[in-house]
Amino acid sequence: MATALDVRGLKKTYTTGGTSLEAIEQLDFSIGQGELVCIVGPSGAGKTTLLRCISGLLDATDGVVELDGAAVTEPPAGMAVVFQEYGRSLFPWLTVRQNVELPLKEKKVPRARRTELVDEALAAVGLADSASSHPWQLSGGMQQRVAIARAIAYEPSVLLMDEPFAAVDAQTRADLEDLVRELWKRLGVTVLFVTHDIDEAVYLGQRVLVLSNRPTVILEDVAIDLPDERDQLTTRSAPRFAELRAHVYELIQKAKKGERPA
Amino acid sequence: MAGTRPKRVAGRGRDAVLGVLGLLVVVGLAEALPRLGIVNDSYLPPASAMFAELVDQLGEAAFWTDLGATLRGWATGLAIAMAAGIVLGVVIGSVGFLRDLTASTIEFLRPIPSVALIPLVVLLYGSRPTSALILVVYASFWQILVQVLYGVADVDPVVRDTARSYRFSRLTTVRTVVWPTALPYVMTGFRLAASVALILEITAELIVGVPGLGKSIGVAQSSGAVEKTYALVIVVGIIGVTVNLVARALERRTLRWHVSIRKEAR
Amino acid sequence: MRFARTIAYALALPIVLVAVWWFASAGSTSVFWPPLSKIVSVFGETWTADRWTGDVLPSLARLAAGYAVAMATGVLLGVVIGLYRPVRAFCEPTLEFFRAVPPPVLVPVIALFLGYTGDASKIVTIALGCLWPILLNTVEGVRGLDEVMLDTARCYRFSAWTRLRQVVLRGASPQIAAGARQALSIGVILMVISELFGANRGLGASIVQFQRSFAVPQMWTGIILLGVLGFLLSVLFRLVEHYSLAWYRGLRQADRGA
Repeated sequence: MATALDVRGLKKTYTTGGTSLEAIEQLDFSIGQGELVCIVGPSGAGKTTLLRCISGLLDATDGVVELDGAAVTEPPAGMAVVFQEYGRSLFPWLTVRQNVELPLKEKKVPRARRTELVDEALAAVGLADSASSHPWQLSGGMQQRVAIARAIAYEPSVLLMDEPFAAVDAQTRADLEDLVRELWKRLGVTVLFVTHDIDEAVYLGQRVLVLSNRPTVILEDVAIDLPDERDQLTTRSAPRFAELRAHVYELIQKAKKGERPA
Repeated sequence: MAGTRPKRVAGRGRDAVLGVLGLLVVVGLAEALPRLGIVNDSYLPPASAMFAELVDQLGEAAFWTDLGATLRGWATGLAIAMAAGIVLGVVIGSVGFLRDLTASTIEFLRPIPSVALIPLVVLLYGSRPTSALILVVYASFWQILVQVLYGVADVDPVVRDTARSYRFSRLTTVRTVVWPTALPYVMTGFRLAASVALILEITAELIVGVPGLGKSIGVAQSSGAVEKTYALVIVVGIIGVTVNLVARALERRTLRWHVSIRKEAR
Repeated sequence: MRFARTIAYALALPIVLVAVWWFASAGSTSVFWPPLSKIVSVFGETWTADRWTGDVLPSLARLAAGYAVAMATGVLLGVVIGLYRPVRAFCEPTLEFFRAVPPPVLVPVIALFLGYTGDASKIVTIALGCLWPILLNTVEGVRGLDEVMLDTARCYRFSAWTRLRQVVLRGASPQIAAGARQALSIGVILMVISELFGANRGLGASIVQFQRSFAVPQMWTGIILLGVLGFLLSVLFRLVEHYSLAWYRGLRQADRGA
């Protein structure tokens, strides 16, 4: 399997005047093409810092992030990000369609292809009928669907998701998780999904990277050997799911206590 | 995000230094341009000359009389406008019938430029302080009235119903429910009105000849006392900055506990 | 039915007030308070075609010119200052000072430089007075841009031009509009004041001329005309705002409902 995203020796220290705060001590991992990997860690584990470094929004202090073999120094073309704050990442003055289309215009995608991509993406997230609405006319879950549609229409090779469902209600959340699995399988896109929710990480991922608390290192890279066909009812009640969940839960408890890998 | 915050706090000291630097550069330019002959010094005297004149002014009784007259006119007008705006605003805002009835009239009268009244007050009161007072009151009254109306309209319907269900008297409702909600809006109105009042006070002095700093600026300019013109403009500017800072500080104090504003100001 | 009620409410008080003015002033012999009937009857003969083209329209043209200059300069500088924190820190205290100087005192200062006869000095006066609220509100609006939104624009690699047009200007537009509204009322004030210095023509100059020559009913027509113009300008402004900021109203309503 070819490597899509490679993180080597990543380190991030914030320096302010004389004091410095080490957010990420040392991170090494790589994600293969077409993989769906979840990152989970206790709150304050520097998940957002990590994601911002990977997406090129934040310069790392040391180490490299490579996307498809090229070092990331600024937001790369082959990456799309879905933020937690859907209400603040969608442009309220644009309609749903315009929101999805704008990045494509910037990418100089020809008009006909653009229309096609936008229509497909909106249909894929079940929002074909809301194309001419404004984001604020939609519910929170639907707004996050728009953000996902925008990301997949962009045709990225890696899709980063930063706790995307932390702000939606439980029912909507389950639907959106299934949507992510479905899109991932259908489009073959590589997904890096950051969450603080253990169940969500285990349910979605092929692998779960468990982070320590600050300064962050990887505590364990857990392979999720659940069957590929997953659904909210059977997968979540499977004994193996419970075991994996318990395992990750223990790791998080250790992380909270400040335990670090040997 | 945790990472960006400490940066911001440390940046504040640097910001202050930059701000002072900015002021110094402006003063430096005002010194250098006329000295180097780039700008005619009968239009723009060197900053040092302005400040020297300003210091001289501080020793003059006439200056203090002017300053007192300006501040008195401003404060009196503002106080009258505040009282009238708050009382009328609470009454109109709390009674649905009055609100509907007056809405169009308020919308019509509010944008009428207060300077339209200048000829009228000149006819009626000449250059007496009353002229300035009327202009100041008229201009600042609308600012406060409109803000108070917003404030009263912002009262949470649930809270209002609660007050009603406990059979609060009208006065108690106003005191315990309406007023606390409206207070931040009142302070916003105060801030806007305070600066508008200063503008109109100075305008009346400058145009109508009501005694005060504005009149002296006009006289200084037309008699060719350029340094004095600038010195007095600087004084008026400092008054303006002070008024803004005080009003904003007051506003922030009342805003701090107010949830709806806090959310908006986010 | 509801529509009829709204109309009735909107018209009731103005009609009553005008009627009161009309009848209360009907027999007035006071020089200062001529009967409203008299004011209305001299309106047509006072504001002739010649006065419109020679006084009123030039006044409005100067207002428009000064306002446009202030808008362009204020938004441009405001974006630059708002986007770069060191620039903002450097300029802010100075700008606060200039904002706090009541705009009418600019007249004597501008008079020093340009004299006070031509259109240029008047337009400069209006532009300088309108500039500060637009500039400072733009700075505020640009500074308040949502970080997540800016991150989004970076992630999708928007060009600088798109970021400016689609994100910065659109995002700051509610604040810019607030500044523009303040600037408009200051502009009207300065339009009048700038005509009061020296011998002039213009709407404000005419009204003062009437007052000085004790043509009191004519002076009243001028006050009314100025009031109506002020009102119409604010209506016009609100129409423009209504359409260009429809999204913002919707967003606010959605936020409140939630």
